[in-house]
Amino acid sequence: MSDAPRRRRLGSYDAKEVGLAALFLAPSLGVFVVFFYLPFFRLLQWGTYKSVRGGESYKQVGLDQYREVLGGTEFREGLLHSVQYVLLTVPVGLVLGTLLAVAAHRRLKGIKVYQAIFSSTLASSVAVSSVIFFFLFNPAIGTFQVNWRSDPDMALFAAALPFIWQNLGLAFVIVLAGLQAVPDEVLEAATLDGYGPFRRLTRITLPLISPVLMFLFVILVIVAFQAFAQIEIITNGGPAGASETLVFKIFRQSQDYGKGAVLSVGLFFVTMVITFLQFVILDRRVHYGDE
Amino acid sequence: MASVTFDGVTKRYGDVVAVDTLDLEITDGEFMVLLGPSGCGKTTALRMIAGLEDISDGTLRIGDRVVNDVDPARRDISMVFQSYALYPHMTVQRNIESPLLARHYHLDGPDQPARKLTSDERAERVAEAARVLDLEPYLKRKPAALSGGQRQRVALARAFVGRPQAFLMDEPLSNLDAKLRAQTRIELVDLHRRVGTTVVYVTHDQVEAMTMATRVAVMSMGKLQQVGTPQEVYAKPINTFVAQFIGTPPMNCIDAAISADGGGVLVAGAGRLPLPADLTHPPAAGAVVVLGVRPEHLHVGAEGPLTATVRAVEWLGHECLITAELGDQLVILRQAGMAHHAPGATVQVSVDAADVHLFDAETTVRLA
Repeated sequence: MSDAPRRRRLGSYDAKEVGLAALFLAPSLGVFVVFFYLPFFRLLQWGTYKSVRGGESYKQVGLDQYREVLGGTEFREGLLHSVQYVLLTVPVGLVLGTLLAVAAHRRLKGIKVYQAIFSSTLASSVAVSSVIFFFLFNPAIGTFQVNWRSDPDMALFAAALPFIWQNLGLAFVIVLAGLQAVPDEVLEAATLDGYGPFRRLTRITLPLISPVLMFLFVILVIVAFQAFAQIEIITNGGPAGASETLVFKIFRQSQDYGKGAVLSVGLFFVTMVITFLQFVILDRRVHYGDE
Repeated sequence: MASVTFDGVTKRYGDVVAVDTLDLEITDGEFMVLLGPSGCGKTTALRMIAGLEDISDGTLRIGDRVVNDVDPARRDISMVFQSYALYPHMTVQRNIESPLLARHYHLDGPDQPARKLTSDERAERVAEAARVLDLEPYLKRKPAALSGGQRQRVALARAFVGRPQAFLMDEPLSNLDAKLRAQTRIELVDLHRRVGTTVVYVTHDQVEAMTMATRVAVMSMGKLQQVGTPQEVYAKPINTFVAQFIGTPPMNCIDAAISADGGGVLVAGAGRLPLPADLTHPPAAGAVVVLGVRPEHLHVGAEGPLTATVRAVEWLGHECLITAELGDQLVILRQAGMAHHAPGATVQVSVDAADVHLFDAETTVRLA
């Protein structure tokens, strides 16, 4: 055995290295702690307080409120509406965005103008796009005089339209970037191999941009779960709560922070589980080109 | 198998002429290399055969068929791209099988309608291509799990599996390292010998052209400069461009003039050389010409008609390159083994009359 002094070790790492790593991690860790972990911890804590007399005071009830709210009708109903909203917006947005990007991904004179137009919805605000659709489908003065806002079966659909419209730009930009990364030579090889335009799209292009589509899908689902302003402006949750999504129900709890906190935690875990499932289920169908 | 014929084929992009009235016949079973520097139009010419570029003017035939307006997939050709263009999401097997899945083939005779291959026929073809190109162990892998050389062989197998009338290859060796490139050159020539299919091969690397081609078509600035066997193109370049493009180091092109008696070539400040032996129309006395001599044809000795001053000697192991001044013009001499000339030394240089090339100083065309 050597008598040489040995450096202190932490597991298989050198103590000095661990210290250095912690130092480098500290700034981002600090931001995460202040803006994410602490507020989230406070949210979890708030969920254990029950409002008394419309928010005049709060009493500690432990996990009872979690059981009560997450097992209750309100959460179930909000979740159902949120899922419906996701189903109404995400598939259509994904397909339309992809089709637009495919249509605009060609070397034609002036195509940049179309690309700019198609992506412009990304630059408009949620409020602006919602107000446009509010008036577009206004039963009294709209271009399309339909009364979807007061029809319980159509209210969520009416609130879905500005979402689809606005996120079309996002989907378009992301898919177009994916398409531009597909090497021309691969598509030319497919042409020579006898693949027609449709087959080239489905057998070559879409599999090659599948990581991009997967990313877009996950993002759109998360954003749709969190959509609020569209619903607030178009239907204000109505008629009779028919378009109250989970986020909208959280917003309604301005007099009951405890319940709002529980609903928020519920939304967080729902989104997390769905995103996790998307990765688990879809990742096998995504080609990263390095496996 | 089929011939490929360019008849006055031109390709224009707006005002830019990429290929200018190309007349070239690639005969059945030939290994034709289109050789030239970047931007000379060789790849455009190849892409026109493939149908990936429209033809602005002229007629292109594959066999007897005019293919100007024929869909790429119906031209019965296959192509190996510089980047190999493999489908990264498909296994090697699927990549090779790909043309068989989509294309129709005249399997039951030329008079019978074309049809797709059955799965058994496909499996047989893929197995054969994999065996010929030594890919059997890799069929289940994806391209990313292969080395550059293996990917290149997959691209070749995909081209080979449909038994096309012609293979088109666009610089397929440029992504390989020097050792693998040399090995693959031999394999490609061997593959061509075995399948006998017409090959049109594009490269800027004259070593590839010289070692693989049955004939070489040298192009520059959209125009065909010379077509011939590698030996012909090397031994009798049609102009100074071809003379200097083929051969490493390139042919020395020296400003010179025909002597007053018309029987020799004068290099100012260096001396006089005999006229080329096979010159049937010698230029007039006093005419300004370009004298071309390959580095290996300039011999340093105790005697010689030219006097040169050594500037530098580069020893490469098996040979050395001597940079010398003939008058005020620099030339390169190639000599086997090691040269023991100090920079600044004056040496005598000789050239056989048979190795002297003369070009018109104005048109740069070879004087015959």
